[in-house]
Amino acid sequence: MRQKVIIGMLALAAIIFVRNLYAISVLPDEVNQGQIFRIIFFHVPAAAAAMTGSAVALIASVLFLAKKDFFYDSLAVAVTEVGLAFLAVNLVTGSIWARVIWGVWWAWDPRLTSALICWILYAGYLILRQALEEPTQRATFAAVYSIFAFTDVPIVYFSIRWWRTIHPQPVFFSKNGSFPPDWGRALGVNMLAMFLFYAALTMIRLRQEQTQREIDYLRRTAHAI
Amino acid sequence: MRFLQQVTVITTKDLRAEMRTKEAINASFAFAIVILLILSFAFDPTEETTREISGGLLWIVFTFAGTLVLNRSFARELPNDCLDGLLAAPVPGSALFLGKALANYVLILAVELVALPVFGIFYNVRWTRQFWPLMLVVGLGTWGLTAIGTVFSALTVNIRLREVMLPMLVYPLMIPMLLGAMRLTALLVAGQPIAGDDTVWLRLLFGFDIIFTALALVLMETVLRG
Amino acid sequence: MSAVAVDCAGVWKFYGDFPALRDISFQVPEGRCLALIGRNGAGKTTLLRILAGFSRAGRGQTKILGSSPREADARSRIGFLGHGIAIYDELSALENLRLFGKLYGLPYPDHAARHWLERTGLERVRDGLVREFSRGMRQRLAVARALLHDPSVLLLDEPFTALDDRAIAVLQSVLRDALAQGRTVVMSTHQLREALELATDVGLINRGRLAFHGERTPEMITDPGWVYARYGEA
Repeated sequence: MRQKVIIGMLALAAIIFVRNLYAISVLPDEVNQGQIFRIIFFHVPAAAAAMTGSAVALIASVLFLAKKDFFYDSLAVAVTEVGLAFLAVNLVTGSIWARVIWGVWWAWDPRLTSALICWILYAGYLILRQALEEPTQRATFAAVYSIFAFTDVPIVYFSIRWWRTIHPQPVFFSKNGSFPPDWGRALGVNMLAMFLFYAALTMIRLRQEQTQREIDYLRRTAHAI
Repeated sequence: MRFLQQVTVITTKDLRAEMRTKEAINASFAFAIVILLILSFAFDPTEETTREISGGLLWIVFTFAGTLVLNRSFARELPNDCLDGLLAAPVPGSALFLGKALANYVLILAVELVALPVFGIFYNVRWTRQFWPLMLVVGLGTWGLTAIGTVFSALTVNIRLREVMLPMLVYPLMIPMLLGAMRLTALLVAGQPIAGDDTVWLRLLFGFDIIFTALALVLMETVLRG
Repeated sequence: MSAVAVDCAGVWKFYGDFPALRDISFQVPEGRCLALIGRNGAGKTTLLRILAGFSRAGRGQTKILGSSPREADARSRIGFLGHGIAIYDELSALENLRLFGKLYGLPYPDHAARHWLERTGLERVRDGLVREFSRGMRQRLAVARALLHDPSVLLLDEPFTALDDRAIAVLQSVLRDALAQGRTVVMSTHQLREALELATDVGLINRGRLAFHGERTPEMITDPGWVYARYGEA
C-alpha cells in the first residue's frame, strides 16, 4: 500500500514538473538576465522544501526525546538527508546563476551563504550519526544536535544579512522589480511538485531506515544466541 | 542554595585538577602562540591591513586554542569512571553543565589574555585603546564558545575521533557569533568605539549567549543520562 | 512489614530494538541484601545503572525508597560503587572525599571525610594523591566515597572483583555494619562465596530476564553453582 502511495506521489510530481516545464519555457525572457532566469523555478522551491524539512526534523527530534519512539528518529534522519540533497540543488543552481550573471562561481549573496552554512550544519548531523554505533545513544545525541542546529538557523540568516550590509555584494533578486504574475503561478506549481517529490523521497528513505533497524535487531538477537 | 554550592564545587574541582596537571592549559597556550606565529608569516605584520584582519585572526586563535580546553573538560572524567561518581550524586545536569562551563570559561579566558599581548607584540599593534569594550566582546564571545563547547564535550566524550568531532560540530554552530565577535574585535583593536550600526553585533552576542546557554541548561541532562 | 527500598516494575532496556533487559520486576524490602548473579553480558550492570539513575529504562519504572532515581534528591540516598572507582587521581584522598561530601550536601563534609578515611584504614595517607595509591587502597577509598553520605540503599557492581585481601575484609565489614543498621544492599557479583555470605536474597539474571528470585539458602553457599545449574540456561 505504502509502495503505491510513494509511486503515486513520484508520478504526480513528475507529471507536474514536465507540464510546468512547458509553461516555464514559453515565458518571455527577463529583461536583464536573458534565459537563465528560469533557474529560479527550481532554485527557490528547493530551498523552501529544505527549510520545511528542517522544521520537520526539529519536531521529529523533540518528539523522539519525549517519547523514545524510534519512528521519530528514522523520520528525522530521512527528512534531514533528503533536505541536504535539496539544499545542494539550491546551492548548485545559485552557483550556476552567479556564473552566468556575474561571471563568478560564488558571490557571497546572503541567502546563498546562509544556505551553505545550514548545509554544513546538517551535514554535521549525519557525520555525528555515523560516529555513534549504539542506536539509542545515536538517536538521542542526534536529536540534541538537531535542536541546536535548528535554533542556529535563524540566527545564521540574520547575522549573514547584517554582515552583508558591511561588505555589500551583488544580490540576486533584489526586490526592486515586482514579480510578474505568470512567474508567480509557475513558481507555485513547481513548489507543489517539489514538495511532493521531497515527501516521496523522505518516505523511501524512512522505509529504508526502518528496514535497517530491523536488520540490526535481528543481527544482535542472532549474536546473543 | 544547594545548586550554587554544587556548581562551585565542580568548578573548583576542575580548576584545582587542571592547576595540578596543567595538561590542557599548557597545550592551549603553546597552540595559541604557535598559531599567532604562523599567521604572522602569512600576513606581513607591519602592514596597516593587519589591523583590519586582527578580528578574524584573534578569534581563529581563540577558538582553536579554546577547543583544546573544551575537549579536556569531560575527557578528564573518563579515567576511573569519575563521570559515574558525578552522575550518582544528587547533582542535576544543569548544575554539572554550569560548573564545568565556568571552569572552562576561566581557563579559556586565561589563554586569551595571554594571547592578546603576544598578538600586540608580534604584529606591532596597540590593542588597548578600547580596552574595556574589548574585554566585554572577548568575554561575551568566549562564553558562547564555552556554553556550546561544554555540552558538546559531554556529547562527544565517548565517540571515537573525539578531538576532531568536537570542533567539527561546534564551529559551524558558532559562525553567527564569530561574525559579530570578529567584526567588533577588529573595530576595537583599531581603536574605534562600538557605535551606530555596529551595536547590532553586540546585541547578537548577548542574544546568542542567552539562547544557547538556556538550551544547554535544558538539554544537558538528556546528554548525560539519556 | 518493612518498607520497600528498591522497586523494579516491568523494566525493559533497549539498545536500538534489541532488549538487553526484559520485563524485570522485583522488590527488595529495607534491610535486605540482594545478590544478583548471572553470566557476563546478562544485564546485571545495565540493571544496576538504571537503578542508580545513570540511564533511562526503555519501559517500566524503578523506584528507590519511593522516588525515581532520575530525581536528584533520590540519589542522595543511594550509594553506588561501579567498575571504576570514581575517584580523581589528581586530588588527595581527603580532597576527594570532601568534594563528594559537598556534592551530597553534607553539613560537615570534612568531618565525614575524616571519619570514613579512618574507617577504611586510609587516614595515614589522607593527603597523598590518589595517583600514587595501590590498587587495594584505591578500592578502599572508593568504598569510603560510596558510603560517605550515609546512603540508605547501596548499589554495588561486582564490588569484590580484583580486590586484595585487606580490601575484601574492609568491604565485608562495612557491608555487614550497613546491613545491621538497616540499610539495603543490591550487588551484582561473580565472587559467589563472599557475596552469598552477606546476601539474604539471590536473583539470577539470564539473557536479560530475571530467571530466579528467592531467599538465599544454605545450600547456595555450599554449592554456589546450584542456582546456575537449576535456573540458568542449558
